Amino acid sequence: MITINDLLVMLPELYLTAAACLVLLFDVFIRDEQRDATHWVAIIVMLVGIFLVIHGQPDMTVTAFGGMFVRDHMAEILKVTVLIATILMFVIARPWLRDRKLFIGEFYSLSMFSVLGVMLLVSAGNLITVYLGLELFALPAYALVALNRESKLSFEAAIKFFVLGSLASGLMLFGMSLIYGATGTLDLHGIFAAVGTTTHLHLLQFGLVFLVVGIGFEFGAVPFHMWLPDVYEGAPTPIAMYISAVPKLAAIGLAYRLLEVGLGPLAGDWRMMLAIMAALSLVVGNVVAIAQKNFKRMLAYSTISHMGFVFLGLSNPTPEGYASALFYAVCFALMETVAFGVILALARKGFECEMIDDLKGLNRRSPWFAGMMAIAMFSLAGIPPLWGFMAKVLVLKAAIDGGMLWLAIVAIICSIIGLFYYLRVIWVMYFEQPVEGAGALEAKPDLALRGVLSINALGLVAMIFFSGPLFAWCQAAFGA
Amino acid sequence: MSNWPILSVLIWLPCAGAILVLLAGNARPRLARWLTMAFTVITFALSLVMLSEYQAGPGGFQLQEMARWIPGINSSYHLGVDGIAVALIVLTTFTSILVIGGAWQVIKDKVHQYMAAMLVLEGLLIGVFAVMDALLFYLFFEAILIPMFFLIGVWGGPRRVYATLKFFIYTFFGSIFFLIGLLYLYHKAGTFDLPTLWALPLTFKEQAWLFFSFLIAFAIKTPMVPVHTWLPDAHVEAPTGGSVILAAIMLKVGTYGFIRFSLPILPDASEYFAWLVIVLSLIAIIYIGYVALVQPDMKKLVAYSSIAHMGFVTLGLFIVYMLARQQHDVQMAELGVQGAVVQMISHGFVSGALFTCIGVMYDRLHTREIAAYGGLAKVMPWFAAFWVLFAMANCGLPFTSGFVGEFMVILSSFTANPWIALFAAYSLIIGAGYTLYLIKRIVWGTTPTKEAAAMPEINTREGLVLGAFAVAVLAMGVYPWPLMHLMDSSVSQLVTHLLTSKLG
Repeated sequence: MITINDLLVMLPELYLTAAACLVLLFDVFIRDEQRDATHWVAIIVMLVGIFLVIHGQPDMTVTAFGGMFVRDHMAEILKVTVLIATILMFVIARPWLRDRKLFIGEFYSLSMFSVLGVMLLVSAGNLITVYLGLELFALPAYALVALNRESKLSFEAAIKFFVLGSLASGLMLFGMSLIYGATGTLDLHGIFAAVGTTTHLHLLQFGLVFLVVGIGFEFGAVPFHMWLPDVYEGAPTPIAMYISAVPKLAAIGLAYRLLEVGLGPLAGDWRMMLAIMAALSLVVGNVVAIAQKNFKRMLAYSTISHMGFVFLGLSNPTPEGYASALFYAVCFALMETVAFGVILALARKGFECEMIDDLKGLNRRSPWFAGMMAIAMFSLAGIPPLWGFMAKVLVLKAAIDGGMLWLAIVAIICSIIGLFYYLRVIWVMYFEQPVEGAGALEAKPDLALRGVLSINALGLVAMIFFSGPLFAWCQAAFGA
Repeated sequence: MSNWPILSVLIWLPCAGAILVLLAGNARPRLARWLTMAFTVITFALSLVMLSEYQAGPGGFQLQEMARWIPGINSSYHLGVDGIAVALIVLTTFTSILVIGGAWQVIKDKVHQYMAAMLVLEGLLIGVFAVMDALLFYLFFEAILIPMFFLIGVWGGPRRVYATLKFFIYTFFGSIFFLIGLLYLYHKAGTFDLPTLWALPLTFKEQAWLFFSFLIAFAIKTPMVPVHTWLPDAHVEAPTGGSVILAAIMLKVGTYGFIRFSLPILPDASEYFAWLVIVLSLIAIIYIGYVALVQPDMKKLVAYSSIAHMGFVTLGLFIVYMLARQQHDVQMAELGVQGAVVQMISHGFVSGALFTCIGVMYDRLHTREIAAYGGLAKVMPWFAAFWVLFAMANCGLPFTSGFVGEFMVILSSFTANPWIALFAAYSLIIGAGYTLYLIKRIVWGTTPTKEAAAMPEINTREGLVLGAFAVAVLAMGVYPWPLMHLMDSSVSQLVTHLLTSKLG
């Protein structure tokens, strides 16, 4: 029986569904020159979405539709971050899209549907909702990667993303069916309760492995990372920015719901799987990133290594560990937006600014953008006093508290290796002379882009003062 | 006395200044210079206020400030200074003025960014000396790398990219193990607050592991043999100002780390492994002295001499255990620590002055080759006088600051073990050897080229900078009592602390 209360709990999602449809319709009725209207409407819709998520948030966890949908603080943090990251993408992407004749309404409605999928996923209380959210997120994302129909690279990336993504959801679905078989329920709390009493422990563990594979794919953790560099490189840069930030946040929600809420009693089994994936991601991501010449591919491998850090937090199955992983994912998403944002701002018609060498001498051409990129790189490398450092400290602490000192040491050794390629970007920008003529780096005059990107970048510095409250919020989300 | 947060102001004022200077922009180098000078002078004045408010008699940590930072991991914004920190902060603010003065017209490219980097560096260095929270210490300790990375990389010499990367990755390598050590300490203590950590009981095995994780970080920063190889490269490629800050203050951050972390938190492991540090210090003093002797490059020579002098500091710090625990001579132990700290301050002035001198010469001939210079006494008599004075201080001649610290360390090590003193004192001979040999080649003799003969005498600005260094070097050498008195109680409190076993 659906009550009005159920609908109220789901209000942000219902609102976004309606709004996304309306934006789609709205866009049909305007001319191409008026596309800016869609742009601003989409941003306002997302801002209202943030308001609804925060404003309607009850202090206690509430559920709707018989536990299918859960609204708690973790979901709140993730939803707010996803919405913020998407707004950043909208603002930053506009000049880029316009230059390439990709400034079309589908970009906005597809992104909004994808975001809706993430919101549903992180609030899932049932395996069906998990799967529903996952697919609703992924299908528009495949289409977004192929947004530039003319580009073969883009199309190839979309197909790769689609085939591997489908494979991963297939595996996950298989795992879910095994778990359903072992426990007889799809409800995550029901599964949690049934784990202790089930007689089919091996079946359950078998299912767990498939779920971990799916989660690993979503994060892009080694050995399920193959899609990531190609998608980053092939996708239009704004979409790469979206793929780098949002799915990682979704994956945190996914991992928490499935592994802790559902299969918490099996933590002894999955912690080690995550720890091994963490170690592999850290090593492979950092080492391979050194060899990259393409900036987007380098960021892809750097993402893989950062997912290793997120797993460091998850491998300590306590509220503290989850809080640190959540903190890390939020921080990571907002660092990526700066890194991608700067190259988006520098790209022009006929010049993509994708290679690391394209950034040569940026400090002479536009010091402000060079500064922001330097902040993003130092933050990704985890150098204090930037936000990335705080995030690293928290996950390392979680790993050490969880008795995984060896993993923490692997992580720091890898971060020394990783330091090199972040520093290379900075040295190219600051210590080298700009290439004359082609590809001269002039920043775009788009004010909204400059403003938003600057706030984002300065936020990475300012967060050193606000890490305390944010971490407290993350801790509260897991009842610590 | 007063209740205003003077330490916070000291840390954040230069950082705020950096933002203003950046806003001045590339087009207005004059404004950037004067703004920077104003901020460094104000900061120096404030540091003198701090010096006057600090009461040396009772010692301990004063002017404390406490604010919430990250309550989730019990890390707070906790500041406080003892006599040692006060002395180092004043050294920092004093040297910063001279560095800005030294770079006045020398830096022509992107003046505002250079000045901003210097101001940020000053703020962060004050932060390192003023914090009482381990995580906050790490934050400042590590953040120093960022402005230094740019200083060497943007305004440095021909091999600057190699040097700055080597510097950054090398030091990052060390400090990241320090971070793991700190997190382990947190795991044990549940807080990052230093006073709690100082009282934390630890088993010997834990202490030993932590000792090495700290040692890597501080040994690289100090730098000690055999992890000193980044320093000559960084010094040679850095612009003059960068070299001065690096030698005068940043090296002290490493030994300050020993004073704040290794010795008081891990006294038992420090005692057990003291021989290791003492041996490494003696190797630094003797072997690096010989290495300095054969350098054809002035900056490299002074860089190696810095490593040798820092060997005295680590020797003075770790000789404590032989004196106090084995011979129960606490007074001598205090003398050793005091000597080490005096040596830190003195080396700050002397090496800063030497690098400034080299900078002055480099600005004229654009080479650091010793062979390119000669006969300075005839060409630039005033400058030659300064050179000789600072060279004497570098040899440790009485009545210069260099003598005081070295003498105290040698005296205390003689009580501990005459053999150690013999080796340490040997450095006075080698030190005199390489310094006087340098002086012989560049100040006396004949000018090798026409360009070298036509070098203009130092101008007023350079004269003022060198004069300020000279006053500091002589004042400390002739009348070191105020400095000793400033940190007397703090040193004896520190020594008491590190004589208490933390085994448990």
